[in-house]
Amino acid sequence: MTHSVLQHYWWFIISLLGAMLVFMMFVQGGQSLAMQLAKDEEEEKYVYNSLGRKWELGFTVLVMFGGALYAAFPLFYSVSFGGAYWVWYIILFSFVVQAVGYEYRTKPDNILGKKVYQGFLYFNGFIGTILLGVAVGTFFTGSNFSVNGITRELTWGVAKDGINLRGLEAAISFNHGALFNLIFGLMLLFLVRVTGALWVNNNITNEAVKEKAQKLAKINFFILLPFLLAMLIMLVTMKGYFVDPKTQVVSLVDGHYLNSLLAGGAYKLIILLIGAVTFVYGVFAGAFQGKRIGFWIANVGVLFVVLAIFMTAGYGNSAFYPSYADLQSSLTIQNASGSLVGLRTMFYVSFAIPFVLLEVGYTWYVMRKPINKEDVEDKHAY
Amino acid sequence: MEHFLATVATDAVANVSGVVNWARAQFAMTIIFHFLFVPITLGMSVLVAIMQTMYYKTGKKEWKATTKFWQKLLAINVAIGIATGIIHEFEFGTNWSNYSWVMGDVFGAPLAIEGIFAFFMEASFGVVSLFGWKRVGKRFHLFSTWMFAIGTNLSGLWIIVANSFMQHPSGYKLNIETARAEMVDFSRIALQPKAIDTFLHQMSSAYMLSATFMITISAYYLLRKRHITFAKRSIAVGITFALLNAYFLFLVGDMQAATVTNMQPTKMAAAEGLFKGEEGAPIVMGMLNPSIKIGDNDKTAVFGIPFPKGLSLLGKHSLNAFIPGINDLVYGNKKYGILPAKELMKRGKVAIDAMYAYHAAKKIKNTSEMKKQKDIFEKHSKYFGYGHLKNEKDIIPPISTVFYSFHIMVGIGSFFMLFFLFMYVKVRKNQILENKLFLKISSITLWLSYIGIVTGWTMAEVGRQPWTVFGVLPTSKSATPIHLTNVKATFFIFLTLFVILGFAELKMMLKQIKLGPDSHEEEV
Repeated sequence: MTHSVLQHYWWFIISLLGAMLVFMMFVQGGQSLAMQLAKDEEEEKYVYNSLGRKWELGFTVLVMFGGALYAAFPLFYSVSFGGAYWVWYIILFSFVVQAVGYEYRTKPDNILGKKVYQGFLYFNGFIGTILLGVAVGTFFTGSNFSVNGITRELTWGVAKDGINLRGLEAAISFNHGALFNLIFGLMLLFLVRVTGALWVNNNITNEAVKEKAQKLAKINFFILLPFLLAMLIMLVTMKGYFVDPKTQVVSLVDGHYLNSLLAGGAYKLIILLIGAVTFVYGVFAGAFQGKRIGFWIANVGVLFVVLAIFMTAGYGNSAFYPSYADLQSSLTIQNASGSLVGLRTMFYVSFAIPFVLLEVGYTWYVMRKPINKEDVEDKHAY
Repeated sequence: MEHFLATVATDAVANVSGVVNWARAQFAMTIIFHFLFVPITLGMSVLVAIMQTMYYKTGKKEWKATTKFWQKLLAINVAIGIATGIIHEFEFGTNWSNYSWVMGDVFGAPLAIEGIFAFFMEASFGVVSLFGWKRVGKRFHLFSTWMFAIGTNLSGLWIIVANSFMQHPSGYKLNIETARAEMVDFSRIALQPKAIDTFLHQMSSAYMLSATFMITISAYYLLRKRHITFAKRSIAVGITFALLNAYFLFLVGDMQAATVTNMQPTKMAAAEGLFKGEEGAPIVMGMLNPSIKIGDNDKTAVFGIPFPKGLSLLGKHSLNAFIPGINDLVYGNKKYGILPAKELMKRGKVAIDAMYAYHAAKKIKNTSEMKKQKDIFEKHSKYFGYGHLKNEKDIIPPISTVFYSFHIMVGIGSFFMLFFLFMYVKVRKNQILENKLFLKISSITLWLSYIGIVTGWTMAEVGRQPWTVFGVLPTSKSATPIHLTNVKATFFIFLTLFVILGFAELKMMLKQIKLGPDSHEEEV
């Protein structure tokens, strides 16, 4: 297997993990809605116990996503985490407080009180999600850095007309794609709020909360639509970071991402459209018809949409982590990847992924029964 | 705020050593805080699985209540362990971006494998174990508890593999083309002796800490004459487990001492305060001479009780073997073929210069010059890291920190071997309640374990200095080029968070311990 095939293979795995991460972010979406979903303590217990039994899995997918990026594209890890410092630290902080949020929420003597731990979960659901979206947005709009592969010099904030806030500029530097990044972040927020509400509808027996969840799924779906459309329109019309496959020279090309979506028999566009239609159908089934299966249909749609977006960032001669400050410093799946032996080793390791999915799927299946009164009254409940 | 933003925005890295020191402080703080919880998770997950197996086999509801009590404490502990664990994965990129750049191709693989093989197992089966009592069959529930325990322990394995690469790099080569370390043989990274020894040592010390966690809480109950039956059952399990681990730790500690002596002689020399190398070197239990300096050959290095030939036996498993001292490693020793550090640095600089010359030749497409420089590089690449050092004495880690941390760890380990043997006899004779003094000592064994485990890791990590990857990449060249303010700010943010969460965790644990297993009485 050649280095190039392995680089493409690993970008697919990264895309899949990214898609699985957003799939699992219904937990974050649910956290951001918890205050609207639950009006009293009992309703809160339903919501937090339903989401709480899945938080660790989502957290694990995030860790896995990071670990796979580190192993397969170490230069990206170095440049993005070392460069966009504050974006990653705030995301990190939000996940650290999430991890204790559920377990400590109702424990006696937790010092901070239930509301603070719920605040942690809200912060993770709201700010963590938006910033993750902003970070992914920069895969298309670029960041403010230059790198020298030999002297190993990473410089952040080199663009003369740019702002340097160690990554936070991605949300405020409007002459360098902040609008797209913010729209991307908000789109992600409302997307996971929809799937979060659908999950609550799927996974609890309390009818009053389920009704609210269906209503909130509808509201957030309608808020999501303009952001989703704006993101897609901007994506296909913006200048994209094209990598010449022969010379590896990076240049800005009008409509590059549209070309990328249409390339190769338009398979990325087809995946995107299948995902979008499936998502809409899932929302219709879950929010409008109240069916539990709506969550699954919508979230499978999300999986496809996110997969297509990640593949557009890395495939089709695109730089997946471009630099608007120095085009030739942009990271591609070729120049940022691990070595042939490293990727090949990880290729064999990736054979374990189907077994992992089987294990996750089976344990999910055996615990599938919706959260009921007995669960929320259990002494070990969150 | 304005000043803060202004400094963040300034990327002139005026204070590289400041960044390195604060990044190190942040890593030390987060790893120590994380490690307050990890050993309990590693060991308690196994102990809970054993207790649940007892319930499964006997059907006695007392075992169910015991299992649920310890499981609840485990759950509180797991949450904060997970919360603090993710920080390191991020920190490798945020604070140590140059390390990730140079070593990521090798170091990333064990981290990713840890996620695939261990974390998913933990996350999936942990939920079933914690919430599946009434949702799944008894057998699958027990299976899930064991899978959770195996998952947590597997995660320990892979992180030790990653750490062992930093201690003793193998299965890699430096690539002049990409100016980084690249994997050449994964089996040599995963199965190297250092990884196996450290894993066994780490696991048994984590089990020891978990056992003392049970012993301390049970002793507290016994001293207060509360939950006597429960506490006697728990302390018996804990002492048996602790005794087995105390002796196993001694065995694997001995194995590890030999690998450290061979692979990281500077660490062992500092740990034993051995300045002048000798055949049949002794171990001296005592105090380091505060006035001794690198280069002093005539001064007594350690005041205390000597065990003749002890170090040669420990490090080389031979009574008269030569153990190099700090001075031999810095200034060289012709008789034993040890090159002076200055020579290592000179050769390292040759490798660095050859790498730059190679890329300069590549720019102008001078292939013969490229080949020449590549040959020079490959000949000297094993000294590459030394080329970055400024002073020959830099190759020695902070001696007193390594010396005292090592001796404290060994002292506590030796005490445990005797103490738990004595306590085991008491348990067997059903005399555990007879001597209050020993119960009181039992109730502080958890804190002794913590001191032992933290000093052990201090010896391992500080003893690795001045390297992030031993002999290949100096710590001073591993940090992110960033203004110091950023690293300081994140340090204090996490310090504040840890103080709050640590206090909350302690209060909750104490509350649960106060409530005791009676809170699970409905199970009995």
